[in-house]
Amino acid sequence: MPSFDARTLAEGLGWFSVALGAAEILTPGLVRSITGVGRSGTLRSAGVRELATGIGILTQRNPAPWLWSRVVGDVMDLAGLATGMRPSNAGRGRAIFSFAAVAGVMAVDALAAAHFTRHAGHPLVSGVAAPTDLYFETSIATAKSPEECYRFWRNIQNLPRFMESLQSVQQVDERRFHWVAKGSSSSKMEWDCEITEDRPGSALAWRTLDGAQLPNAGSVIFQPAAQGRGTIVRLSIHYSPVGGRLTAALAKLLRQDPQTQVEEDLRRFKQLLETGEIATTHGQPTGRRSMIGRAARRWRLTSSN
Amino acid sequence: MKANVWYGKEKLRVEDVPEPRILNPRDAIIRITSTAICGSDLHIYGGFIPGMLAGDIIGHEFMGEIVEVGPGVQNLKVGDRVVNPFPISCGNCFFCQQRQFSLCENSNPNAWAAERLWGHSPAGLFGYSHMLGGYAGGQAQYARIPFADVGPIKVPDSLTDEQVLFLSDVFPTGYMAAEQCNIQQGDTVAVWGCGPVGLFSIKSALLLGAGRVIAIDRFPDRLRKATEAGAEALDYERVDVLEVLADMTGGRGPDACIDAVGLEGHSHGVFGAYDRVKQSLMLESDRPPSLRQALKACRNGGTVSIPAVYGGFLDKVLFGSIVNRALTVKSGQTHVQRYMGPLLQLIESGKIDPSFIITHTLPLSEAPNAFRMFRDKEDSCIKVVLKPWLEPPTVGADLEGARGQQKTHLH
Repeated sequence: MPSFDARTLAEGLGWFSVALGAAEILTPGLVRSITGVGRSGTLRSAGVRELATGIGILTQRNPAPWLWSRVVGDVMDLAGLATGMRPSNAGRGRAIFSFAAVAGVMAVDALAAAHFTRHAGHPLVSGVAAPTDLYFETSIATAKSPEECYRFWRNIQNLPRFMESLQSVQQVDERRFHWVAKGSSSSKMEWDCEITEDRPGSALAWRTLDGAQLPNAGSVIFQPAAQGRGTIVRLSIHYSPVGGRLTAALAKLLRQDPQTQVEEDLRRFKQLLETGEIATTHGQPTGRRSMIGRAARRWRLTSSN
Repeated sequence: MKANVWYGKEKLRVEDVPEPRILNPRDAIIRITSTAICGSDLHIYGGFIPGMLAGDIIGHEFMGEIVEVGPGVQNLKVGDRVVNPFPISCGNCFFCQQRQFSLCENSNPNAWAAERLWGHSPAGLFGYSHMLGGYAGGQAQYARIPFADVGPIKVPDSLTDEQVLFLSDVFPTGYMAAEQCNIQQGDTVAVWGCGPVGLFSIKSALLLGAGRVIAIDRFPDRLRKATEAGAEALDYERVDVLEVLADMTGGRGPDACIDAVGLEGHSHGVFGAYDRVKQSLMLESDRPPSLRQALKACRNGGTVSIPAVYGGFLDKVLFGSIVNRALTVKSGQTHVQRYMGPLLQLIESGKIDPSFIITHTLPLSEAPNAFRMFRDKEDSCIKVVLKPWLEPPTVGADLEGARGQQKTHLH
């Protein structure tokens, strides 16, 4: 994860872009009087660019491309300001001052962009040409040792037992596996994935291979808890969401989003490992359910039928 | 099979539902011979417990005979006579290994819902809302018991159902409430509420060495039972409880206070009206008059133990009293599995006979009437035992008849 400071810096740059863009579009005259250069048309088009860049930084999970776009914009601005530094320009002094200011901002932009390019994901999956639009981490404490947790997870036949949406996993070769998700035969999703890291007793990382319908990459770390109190299992997942942000928000509200599903998978992993079974009430007797009760089951708000 | 099914606030129906079956290797199926209505079931009846769905089978105090066991249950066999604890506990997780069974991490399949409200999820419970697992309860002819190798305890045939049934909840709950008071020889303990949990708290406090127990209620029959159990009785409608408690202890206050009332507490005056208005407007989830008094009455450095059920947000609770007077507050759903063995020994040795709390024994078919009677404290009702296999009263015979039988049976 990028550190809090880098995230704050990126957000600051995003808002700076928005403010500058708005100023350039709405009051090009004021901007010209401060910088000493620029025609209204040029300034307005630069404003549109700034605004788009700022919104990109503020709304996208991975701000790196948008920060790079800021660097490109800075170069264009510097070129514009350089023309204003010719001796004939009455605002030469202001142009020189603005040039220095923009150069300084460009250095900050470049540092931030480089940071987010380097730390686009978890250390274990960085360097993977992974589709990392969305990212989450989740963890659970278990009473078992890291070795037991690793062994249980590494035995791929166990995965469909606790990953609810998974039907089967087959080994293709030493590092590659074929995954099949549950679903009707027409809508069934299948994909290939390879193990990118395998540290016995401590960690595993994987990513989907080209052509996967739901490209994703992930890692699981089995971290010894303090004082021999078992293991903290830490899972990180990068994925490209189906649909836009609104769809993702709605899915989260209905507990149908990937993060919720993975969190529940992790609970089942712990239950299976510790108790040998997964707690359920599905199939127990009940009275007549109302529409609300049936909906609660359909949306998996309760395990009861 | 017949089961008592919840359909909404004050809407219960005893009806035919499918029989339970084994769903997991560590399950067992029990044929229930006796089941009871708990004071906490009244909160469900009154619509105060979130996460209930129409069609839920309720009840969490039950015992009977094992009729089927899953392949993962080695310590029970068909035919065993057992009492079942109300929390569902795996026995393997961090909390179960510390014998904090009501905090089991693996038994609530809907843990996420409890986490939303309370931050973390406790164990799943029988018949106590989907937030606590959504497990079908035991006011029925049969029930499925998950993790049956950890929960149920075998009981000897020499003891009647009535003597051992309350090992499922109220006896351990009253006992844990008293144990949490860290009672020193000669301590004075005040108990708010003389229902089953309050009565067992009184008995347990005395067993644990209390020199004096003061019981607070307003119903004469309950106060009489409390006196019989060895307590001094205070009727809060006749006296100023705080004044009298201070006076009885030379101004110092009781060494420990037990709140066995819970979220539907009754009080008069400004606070009483205030609570009812706020609760009905959903600005306050619980009415805590007994807790407010306990926090004020307890002596400096004393313990306030809360076996009573509170679900959510409490208002006008004097937290400053805890801080400035160094009070210890103890609570929690009962770790029943921890207490069943030792308390069964107390029953076997004759030190206590828990059946003293029973006022009514009725067929399961009478459950809806019994809930209303228990809620309204009609006919001196303190504890109702339901018999799932007892035929409903014949046409013409009314509830009165069944009660009459019980009273003869008791004396």
